[in-house]
Amino acid sequence: MSTHLLLDVTDVSKRFGGVQALDSVGLQVPHGAIVGLIGPNGAGKTTFFNVITGLYPADSGIFLFDGKGYFPESVSQVTKSGLARTFQNIRLFGEMSVLENVMVGCHCRSKAGVLGAIFRFPSTGREERAIREKSRALLAYVGLSEYADMQARNLSYGHQRRLEIARALATEPKLLALDEPAAGMNATEKLELRELLLRIRADGKTILLIEHDVSLVMGICDHLTVLDYGKVIAAGKPADVRVHPEVIKAYLGQGAV
Amino acid sequence: MLKRLLANHLNRSTYFCLGALALALLPWVVGAGGGNYWVRVLDFALLYIILALGLNVVVGFAGLLDLGYIAFYALGAYSYALLASPHLPQHFETIAAALPQGMHFSPWAVALFAILLAALFGMILGLPTLQLRGDYLAIVTLGFGEIIRIFMNNLDRPLNLTNGPKGITAIDPLQLFGLSFTKPLDLGFVQIPGLYLVFYLFLALAIAVTIVCLHLQNSRIGRAWVAIREDEIAAKAMGINTRNMKLLAFAIGASFAGVAGVLFSAFQGFVSPESFTLWESIVVLAMVVLGGIGHIPGVILGAIVLAVFPEVLRGVAEPIQKALFGHVIVDVEVIRQLIYGLALILIMLYRPGGIWQKGDSK
Amino acid sequence: MDIFLQQIINGLVLGSIYALIALGYTMVYGVLGIINFAHGEVLMIGAMVSLSLLRLILSLTSGLPGWLTLLIVLPVTMAVCAGLSYWIERIAYRPLRNAPRLAPLISAIGMSILLQTIAMLIWSRNPMTYPQLLPSSPIELGTTGATITGKEIIIIVVALAVMCGLLFLVEKTKLGRAMRATAEQTQIAALMGVNPNRVISITFMLGGALAGLAGVMIASNYGNVHFYMGFIPGLKAFTAAVLGGIGNLQGAMLGGLLLGLIEALGAGYIGELTGGVFGSNYQDIFAFLVLILVLVLRPTGLLGEKVSDRA
Repeated sequence: MSTHLLLDVTDVSKRFGGVQALDSVGLQVPHGAIVGLIGPNGAGKTTFFNVITGLYPADSGIFLFDGKGYFPESVSQVTKSGLARTFQNIRLFGEMSVLENVMVGCHCRSKAGVLGAIFRFPSTGREERAIREKSRALLAYVGLSEYADMQARNLSYGHQRRLEIARALATEPKLLALDEPAAGMNATEKLELRELLLRIRADGKTILLIEHDVSLVMGICDHLTVLDYGKVIAAGKPADVRVHPEVIKAYLGQGAV
Repeated sequence: MLKRLLANHLNRSTYFCLGALALALLPWVVGAGGGNYWVRVLDFALLYIILALGLNVVVGFAGLLDLGYIAFYALGAYSYALLASPHLPQHFETIAAALPQGMHFSPWAVALFAILLAALFGMILGLPTLQLRGDYLAIVTLGFGEIIRIFMNNLDRPLNLTNGPKGITAIDPLQLFGLSFTKPLDLGFVQIPGLYLVFYLFLALAIAVTIVCLHLQNSRIGRAWVAIREDEIAAKAMGINTRNMKLLAFAIGASFAGVAGVLFSAFQGFVSPESFTLWESIVVLAMVVLGGIGHIPGVILGAIVLAVFPEVLRGVAEPIQKALFGHVIVDVEVIRQLIYGLALILIMLYRPGGIWQKGDSK
Repeated sequence: MDIFLQQIINGLVLGSIYALIALGYTMVYGVLGIINFAHGEVLMIGAMVSLSLLRLILSLTSGLPGWLTLLIVLPVTMAVCAGLSYWIERIAYRPLRNAPRLAPLISAIGMSILLQTIAMLIWSRNPMTYPQLLPSSPIELGTTGATITGKEIIIIVVALAVMCGLLFLVEKTKLGRAMRATAEQTQIAALMGVNPNRVISITFMLGGALAGLAGVMIASNYGNVHFYMGFIPGLKAFTAAVLGGIGNLQGAMLGGLLLGLIEALGAGYIGELTGGVFGSNYQDIFAFLVLILVLVLRPTGLLGEKVSDRA
């Protein structure tokens, strides 16, 4: 595990009208690590994701991805650079099949254009087959092969979350940013998810995780950053963060300290 | 028992041959049954199929509600009208002098030009609408369509470009490598009337357009469009350049209409702004919506039904009213509009995917 | 110089009418987030209904002064339009609240066509003349060369009065507060005891009533009605609402007046400006151009909120 930072953002701020959603937030994600971003509801975790992926423009911040500075303006540009994300509210392409959802993920790593689509050149055909194979492989990787031809909206909740991950993986990211991937899952599904995340890391990817499930987070994260009311209140190893007084106060309230 | 027999002996290629034969004989059957009038209806139905498939790319695949689509049809039609009729030489001496033989560009050259022109205008229309939500997009495209119509109606002074409301007449008829579509083709053992030849030509083009649409649908581009339609933000998160994809959808949809416009112009022999009103845009939209938004077979069905329906209505409603009341109380045009309005509302309320939705055959 | 003042007057008349219609669009957008495509047709039905009522009264008695006849006809017309608008929402929009975006829009287009057809069936496919009951003889304005008619003065004054009344309703009354609350945060308003469906219905009815008034004004101003008369003013009023900032009432009023002025001045001067190439027959284009320009350059409009997709 390299100590070189894949994602290094500092001083990120974002204001919505009267609310300071993010206040000078900094986050570092080393290569090959699994980093958790936790905090009570409304702390600004998803907003942070939205800012670093270019969905919302930041008011301020310095953004470094894989050593290079970037200005998060265009969501598609960010994905092409290697930062893929999933969404808290699951944003699958409901009408499309499970397989097609993953195939869409391959879009930015393929190049067939209009003419190729219309005239079906041999090179286009080859690329299509490659996309299909890669997508099937990814479905197998996350354990959804048997649902390949099902309409995505008919999947169970837990499976939908896995599909979102497969789709994100199709974009060949260096950093996979997952927004509450375990939400709504039962205990068995969470164990499977844990296995999946560890496998993804073992295969060379880096993961940034927003998650509420404490045991999941404590179990697999190398590093935690805690947000509350838009500010970072603690950052470090899970064992240290868990006993940090500010963190306890944020989650359980004043009286618990 | 019969089913098993059919399953064993009739495979796909047999269906295909039977279908091809049926289509080849169709104009003969219709012509014998209803006369030339109904063959013309068939010919127009094929043009509408091309239009509906084009709009389907924009509305059905990419989810962009274009209410000014007919403007691209108009562009194609007027392009050919101006490049293959006596209008320009009559009104502009320099042109008459430069081209003593007159303006007689071949419909195929003009079709190529119309594809490019319509695609260009499609992108021009698309550019300001990229950030807009569905409702606003619809209104802006509607406005664009109206602007084109107003120009067509008024560009007869100071320079007479479009001849205003009178339209342009005496447009060169269709011809392909010397084969005329206005005279019968004598093959010795059979004479094929011009209208039937037009049917075969339009059919070939409609099939080509359908194949193009099918190819687009099952391609990286087609998937990107559906992704944008379903969830534009998620589509962006997949690395899709939504801006370019939307512009592409507009351009391709527009180019289909451009080609159809050239064919229309050549077939009908004259064009006027009246053929390109908002109502026509809505008719094509109705074909896409009623048929099955995004579902190619459904859209084709919708186009056929809605192209043929007014004619059937005319053939039915007038005699019935005359028989019952002695005269026509409600004009067929009004009934047609009434049914269109009701149909759009009812389909949205009760079967929003269209009559023949995707997934019905799955 | 005289054409300038004349066009200003024309612009104010047009603008007042656009403002009334635009208010309907902007209020509905505020509470439902959609464009009521069928709004222009409500205007047309209003004109038609008022025509029938006027004919009825005029056939019964010819002694009444013109303004009184209109005064009787107007509330009935506005009530009919309010009711019509209510039913449009119930039939074409409410069942589709959770449907994909295109559905209510297509449904509204269908409703628009349906209303036009109904007008054709009940009244006529051909244009019909509208009784001129208000003073329409031109009053000279000093030496400027411009003229204004009593009719035009009445239109401007009535429109302004109604607009002030609406602003008062929205800013100062309980109903108005409920409308604003529903516009901002529908679910929270519901939790506070506001019935969103009721508020939405009332919003549509108010918009409909204003459209009815506008319909009568247009009919009086131009002297005729026909089944297609709602389409273009509807589109232009929508442009006005966007220009002012959709969702914003003052914006709709400002946008309406501004658009009327732009259109009148444009139509008046376009001949000169383009050396005779384009004439006033291109008048309708101005509104569309304004629409496109506003949405491209300043989608928030002059006073209002964004129209693009939110995250």
